[in-house]
Amino acid sequence: MTAPSSLAPILQTGHLLGIEAVSPAEISALLDLAETYVTLNRAADKKTATLRGRTLINLFFEASTRTQSSFELAGKRLGADVLNMSVKTSSVSKGETLVDTATTLNAMRPDILVVRHQDSGAAELLSRKLDCCVVNAGDGSHEHPTQALLDALTIRRHRGGFEGLLVAICGDVLHSRVARSNIHLLAKMGARVRLIAPRTLLPATAERFGVEIFHDMHEGLKGVDIVMMLRLQLERMAGAFVPSTREYFHFYGLDREKLKHAKPGALVMHPGPMNRGVEIDSEVADDVEVSLIQEQVEMGVAIRMAVLDALARGLPREGSNK
Amino acid sequence: MTKRLAFRNARLIDPASKLDARGGLLIENGKIADVGPRLFNDADPNDPEVIDCKGLVLAPGLIDMRVFTGEPGSEHRETLESASRAAAAGGVTTMVVMPNTDPVIDEPSLVDFIKRRAAATASVRVLPMAALTKNLGGEVMTEIGLLLEAGAVAFTDADRSVANTRVLRRALAYASTFGALVVGHAEDPSLSDGTSMNEGEYAMRLGIPAAPSMAETLMVERDIRLVELTGARYHFGQISCRASLDAIAAAKARGVLVTCAVSAHHLALNELDVGSYYTFRKVKPPLRSEDDRAAMNEGVANGTIDVIVSSHDPQAADTKRQPFAQAAFGAVGLETLLPAALGVHHDGADLSLVLAALTSTPARILGIEGGRLAKGAPADVILFDPGEPFVVEAEKLHSRAKNTAFEGRKFQGRVRQTYVGGACVFDASKERNA
Repeated sequence: MTAPSSLAPILQTGHLLGIEAVSPAEISALLDLAETYVTLNRAADKKTATLRGRTLINLFFEASTRTQSSFELAGKRLGADVLNMSVKTSSVSKGETLVDTATTLNAMRPDILVVRHQDSGAAELLSRKLDCCVVNAGDGSHEHPTQALLDALTIRRHRGGFEGLLVAICGDVLHSRVARSNIHLLAKMGARVRLIAPRTLLPATAERFGVEIFHDMHEGLKGVDIVMMLRLQLERMAGAFVPSTREYFHFYGLDREKLKHAKPGALVMHPGPMNRGVEIDSEVADDVEVSLIQEQVEMGVAIRMAVLDALARGLPREGSNK
Repeated sequence: MTKRLAFRNARLIDPASKLDARGGLLIENGKIADVGPRLFNDADPNDPEVIDCKGLVLAPGLIDMRVFTGEPGSEHRETLESASRAAAAGGVTTMVVMPNTDPVIDEPSLVDFIKRRAAATASVRVLPMAALTKNLGGEVMTEIGLLLEAGAVAFTDADRSVANTRVLRRALAYASTFGALVVGHAEDPSLSDGTSMNEGEYAMRLGIPAAPSMAETLMVERDIRLVELTGARYHFGQISCRASLDAIAAAKARGVLVTCAVSAHHLALNELDVGSYYTFRKVKPPLRSEDDRAAMNEGVANGTIDVIVSSHDPQAADTKRQPFAQAAFGAVGLETLLPAALGVHHDGADLSLVLAALTSTPARILGIEGGRLAKGAPADVILFDPGEPFVVEAEKLHSRAKNTAFEGRKFQGRVRQTYVGGACVFDASKERNA
């Protein structure tokens, strides 16, 4: 007997660790599934029983408001029991290793673990040590796959698809997991990607991503359909990667004047939280005609419901006494 | 009573005398009493113990110039005793141990401690290096003269560069007063601190903080200039990239007396072997590009690289089972040193040349006996089959720590027997899980 096609597993690996390992077909299927949850989330009764009986643990080693609440809401709307754990880095430095923490949680038999960690590869490490599905909610400077998926959903709703689309990703690409996941996703889906940043905020080998590199916003934004701004991590920037925030804003902050160089009707995105007046001008960020920033947050819940749903389909139906 | 042991029907390889021929060898009272192509050819010697080598290679025991143990201070990782068992199994008859223990070996009494612990527990020879600067701090030089008298074989800050050029200049000048050997680590800390990989596309994709290989080359070039200025005996403990090799080749060509080593890891692995954050392949310096790896192999084959080391660095599971950036550096390597080094031979280099980098050349650099098959030399010899294939299995390693970078790797060349001072310290045929 074959399962109904609508319930076929989407993420074949049983985890979502990064976009690099996800196929274009899987991305499309996740976006399609997420559309159904966008509709659901706008209804009065937002609840389904898709994950009833399942346990979801949010394990966050880094502070996060929107990603954590987005996953929490996604889990609850799908009917799962959701446990939020914010682990301060200090408790790990007290002696318990990441693997120890995870092994402890594993014994509580969660079905899905959502993890954010400051180190690249942390989600991958946990996926090897745990029995449950692991979702990477951001690992170091590596990947943030659900952010790229929600960005993709937002873009697709406005532009219908990705083929031939020109997308500029601007700002701190060097440290950005959002940039890496978006580069992989957009390339897989047929969009062209430009990176715009000073040399200090780009990996020395950035062109190996198969992207175009620009150091000038006016040049780089020419003909662009979508402008994705990245958050500048102020605490580690000043004097080290850029001389000052005002110089950064002058050359790389997105304001109306710079946006004029993009294609007419170009749309602006930002993964949040924003540094207003540093990487983006409020006038642009709050302009509902061009800014998709609020919609990105809405799509975030839908995409996370789709990811959790997709992973749950691969979970065994029967319990085990292991 | 004279203890005699005879080997016949061996392929004798002695890089020091360029000997590579069928023959025999006689050990008497811990020394090599006779050796040569005609020895025991026709008749069995009149000795109680005769070993028929059946054409296997009989060579000097290996001298590994870069071994980290956990003794003193981190005995849960590795003791001199457990490291020596791994060494014996790998054909290493002399381990030169690094001073970055806890406490740091920067006092004459601590050099003495290592020597006495080794004499009491280790099954191979152990030569201690002492710190070049107090507590490896890079600021105050150690008592180089007294440490030398206590038995330190060389001076090094282990896996740290002396970042302050003036401090290093003075330490080199002072060391040269005593003819002391200084072993340097070339890695500019202001470029490499906080990084875990070689800068390049792969580190970028993994999102791992990385340093360019230039962090090494800058220090290689600086140190060469200081050696020219001070006349110190200087050896680069490890190099890992083509640009460093070129800098050393150029220095040698203009007559600067520097030598250098490469680790077996950098001969056999490149940055892509980090795979999906495989922490057992997080080593210091980091694994480099394929071009750099190829350069290291060329360097051994053309003699620019003098020595091959294991860089044996035992780490416990708790320091390795971590996110890549948090995991400790280092991999064990004593037992895979010979097979990994033999890769250069299997790729076409002369076997004797590869063995020189593991025996006679380190002996010459260190100024010690051994590393050769000669009458009167210490009877440190190994018997091995350079073509025997095997697969590395971490669980079968003798080292206390099992953090090999070569798990599952197929190698050719395996040690059958190891002798130190004429005593058999390893015999593969008597291994439980051979």
